[in-house]
Amino acid sequence: MNAVLPHLPALQVVIPLLGALLAGFLRRGGVAFALALAVSWIMPFISGAMLWQTLLTGPISYHLGGWEPPWGIEYRVDVLNGFVLVLVSIVGAVIMPFARRSVAFEIEEGRQAWFYCMYLLCLTGLLGITVTGDVFNAFVFLEISSLSSYVLIALGPDRRALLSAFQYLIMGTIGATFYVIGVGLLYLLTGSLNMVDIAARLDSAWPEYSRAIVAALAFVTVGVSLKLALFPLHAWLPNGYAYAPSWATVFLSATATKVAIYLLIRFYFSIFGVAIDVDTLPISEIIIALSVAAMFIASLIAVFEENLKRMLAYSSVAQIGYITLGIGLANQPGLTGGLVHIVNHALMKAALFLAIGAIFYRARTVRLTELAGIGRKMPLTMAAFTIAGFGLIGAPGTSGFISKWYLAIGAIDKDWWVLVFLIMASSLIALVYVGRVLEVVWLRKPTPEVARASDPPPSMLLPVLALASATIYLGFDTEWTVGVAGNAVEALLGGLR
Amino acid sequence: MIVELSPGLILICGGLLAPLLPTRLRPWLMIVLPFVAFAHILALPHGEFGRVQVMGLSLITLRVDGLSLLFGYIFLIAAFLGGLYALHVRDTAQHSAALIYAGSALGAVFAGDLVTLFFFWEGIAAASVFLIWAARTEHAYRAGMRYIVMQIGSGVLLLTGILIHYWHTGSLNFGVIGLASPAGLLILVAFGIKCAFPLLHTWLPDSYPEATASGTVLLSSFTTKVAVYALARSYAGTDILVPIGAVMTAFPIFYAVIENDLRRVLAYSLNNQLGFMVVGIGIGTELALNGAAAHAFAHILYKGLLFMSMGAVLFRVGTVKGSELGGLYKSMPYTTGFCLVGAASISAFPLFSGFVTKSMVISAAMEGGYFWTWLVLLFASAGVFHHAGIKIPYFAFFAHDSRKRCKEAPAHMLVAMAIAAVLCIGIGSFPSLLYSVLPFNSTYDPYSLDHVVAQVQLLFLSALAFTLLVRSGIYPPELRSTNLDFDWFYRKPGRGLAVAIGRIADDAWRGLTAIGAWTAHRALGLIEQAHGPGGILARTWRTGAMAFWATMMLAAYLVLSYLRS
Repeated sequence: MNAVLPHLPALQVVIPLLGALLAGFLRRGGVAFALALAVSWIMPFISGAMLWQTLLTGPISYHLGGWEPPWGIEYRVDVLNGFVLVLVSIVGAVIMPFARRSVAFEIEEGRQAWFYCMYLLCLTGLLGITVTGDVFNAFVFLEISSLSSYVLIALGPDRRALLSAFQYLIMGTIGATFYVIGVGLLYLLTGSLNMVDIAARLDSAWPEYSRAIVAALAFVTVGVSLKLALFPLHAWLPNGYAYAPSWATVFLSATATKVAIYLLIRFYFSIFGVAIDVDTLPISEIIIALSVAAMFIASLIAVFEENLKRMLAYSSVAQIGYITLGIGLANQPGLTGGLVHIVNHALMKAALFLAIGAIFYRARTVRLTELAGIGRKMPLTMAAFTIAGFGLIGAPGTSGFISKWYLAIGAIDKDWWVLVFLIMASSLIALVYVGRVLEVVWLRKPTPEVARASDPPPSMLLPVLALASATIYLGFDTEWTVGVAGNAVEALLGGLR
Repeated sequence: MIVELSPGLILICGGLLAPLLPTRLRPWLMIVLPFVAFAHILALPHGEFGRVQVMGLSLITLRVDGLSLLFGYIFLIAAFLGGLYALHVRDTAQHSAALIYAGSALGAVFAGDLVTLFFFWEGIAAASVFLIWAARTEHAYRAGMRYIVMQIGSGVLLLTGILIHYWHTGSLNFGVIGLASPAGLLILVAFGIKCAFPLLHTWLPDSYPEATASGTVLLSSFTTKVAVYALARSYAGTDILVPIGAVMTAFPIFYAVIENDLRRVLAYSLNNQLGFMVVGIGIGTELALNGAAAHAFAHILYKGLLFMSMGAVLFRVGTVKGSELGGLYKSMPYTTGFCLVGAASISAFPLFSGFVTKSMVISAAMEGGYFWTWLVLLFASAGVFHHAGIKIPYFAFFAHDSRKRCKEAPAHMLVAMAIAAVLCIGIGSFPSLLYSVLPFNSTYDPYSLDHVVAQVQLLFLSALAFTLLVRSGIYPPELRSTNLDFDWFYRKPGRGLAVAIGRIADDAWRGLTAIGAWTAHRALGLIEQAHGPGGILARTWRTGAMAFWATMMLAAYLVLSYLRS
């Protein structure tokens, strides 16, 4: 055991990567699923052990291949990325059992093994971005996760999935290019790719090369904003989520954008924030303005959207706005709220998309008009949907309330009363788009489309129920969300210049 | 040992578990659980319990004192009566919603801190809307949507207010807040929406008449009374409440006079009765607060009784439009009798409950020197007498015979109405029963000379005004003639002053709302144009447009950053 423990950061990436390679040789969907399940269930133990260790003894620094940083690649785990690693790996583990039937239902037999292969690659990429302490290594993992997610989306049963995947590919590539341009500028300025090292060297470069540093920051911000779908760079997301296979939507919505948000936080607070006084730049104002725009505009679009997957996708854009709002606030309660919402939103949105996946599995449609009365046919699934929906609204007693509470405190801390009100008021719009679904599914007479639907088998139902329960549980016990996130934020803000 | 759990949670848990029970047992939850909760609160000593730590805030989930106990008692009675009345309903959504709704209301009045209050405040909103939607009509859906937006809007203001209050004072205690800070104003508006303050009241007559027969009975009991309770806690003696309450007592009368839907008439009179309580809270003396609390207590019973009788009519006949009813006393004699008891109570007849509670508020107004308020209250009492005391039973059960013949209301409805009627008469005849549980040990004695005089004055004046109006022919003449046709009453509105005022007020209001509605419609249209399907924001963008925005964002970051540095 002692031989394994020091290598946990590498194993976090190597195991899913090997799994993906192995899955590439498999032909049978069932075998590939078993492999993906095994890998997904190992991941939380690794990430959990690392988070535990960082909480007890401080950051872990792992030198890949024994090369000393800043020359070699360093994997560096502190509370912040330990937190995100745990989130990504737990989401993967919880939703995995759902995949078997859903994927078998939506994807033809010959391609199922490829689907799991791409999932494992995507998981590799996401965990890699999070674990690495090297900005170029992060770019490589960003590309791994992006390329595999284009394929995941293109495997969708609807032909429009191809166009969506293509648009995502173009936008993702632009984002990655911007990111790598920013990284290139940083490399020119500091001669280093290691995050800690860049932060240390950027300081002396600032007086002479401030324009180049600002340009680097702008390129990285826009590039990563594309990946995390910050309004108005979100346009690839709704169709991508709507037409991807149900399970892929669940996975991507819960993890992919969250990891991009992590990367943005890392760049702001651990690299640029350490080296220069970011308050002199208008970055946080722009981010706050865009976040508020996302909260309102995307929610309003969701109000009018008939396709439930697309509606939830727009809701994701709005909820991402809350998270980036926390980044823009950049104070202890605000950033804590943002980080907590990364977890809370990932879990509740996974529950919602899983419920939609279960509906598609039983009723073969995700159009609201055709789903009248489905609550009576699939009571447990829709109960979970209802709970998670209340979470989106931020109703007290759900985890969504906790996030909004901290964001509001963060805004009050800055004396921005209007923002406090906007945070609260935007939940009204969420209420409308969630309420309208609830009314249709619970109170209308069942349509012929749903007449023969029923709750899905346990392998699909249990993940939905587990995530919905988490929405309630995290609304009361906040030790593992607010506690750990607060710890991470203290470290981040403490390092600021 | 006492269980330090909010009694509201008993009902809420019942509501959550209801879907798992067999269909036949479900309706009984709402009958059994109020007794369990009642036993629980009877066992509770005064004090603060159920302390929990959430997010580093220390919350008091259970505070027991005179005021919360009084509201606790009446809420449980109302929940029990509502459950009994709804025994015929076979609709899981309604049963669950009703239990969660009643439980949240109960939890709110036992909340010791503002966060707990907010938690239950939102529970009330979220659960109650299902009672409106459960009518399953297009009207109900839309009214429910408007209702929930107003209610959650109230929650939003409340939470914002709580946050600011907490920031300024560091206290979350659900006690006196007052208007000293902006937080106080926000919280007052939040309470005001739920309490249907003038101009914030529209959701009430809009949505209550659209709910199911049994749903409206519950709605009339909880939502607004929680707000009254909250006002009494936090804004007792706030002067601005006196004129607000006075306006509330008066203006709904005009609407009630010309309204045809009898449940909507009741909704307006509900709004008018709330005004008495708000005035009492605004005056803020011990007598006035006792009066407000006692009036809330009595009001829940007689308003529930009136809504139950109209619900029974709706259940049997299928409509509560005044113009389509009449002569039902032949078919529904018991319901008629119970409705008359409710009507007598709301009109404050001697020996009926409204008499012993409303007079406390009115005497408090007089003792406090609020002369104009006192006059308005008298006018409002007369108005109540007209539209709730006379109009409701008259058009439903007497008036011209609609030749509608139906069965008497089902037995469980009759029992529920009978219990409420007995309580109305009991409180009116033996007021000391109610007075003994009031929050303050007030020396109020309804039989002492000045109180008797004040009350006699009230009755005398209202009777005099009424008689004068009738004598001079100004009063809408349906009282004189039993064979009056209802249409005639509406075709010649000029004959009745009250009707004329009502019309003018109504037209003005309609004009205002039409402008408002047009603006809102236009704004919504624009929003839908932009956000709706095919709108510029919602449709699938071309890849080039996406790339364009990415470039624009980069440019914006660079330009703004360079301008700044």
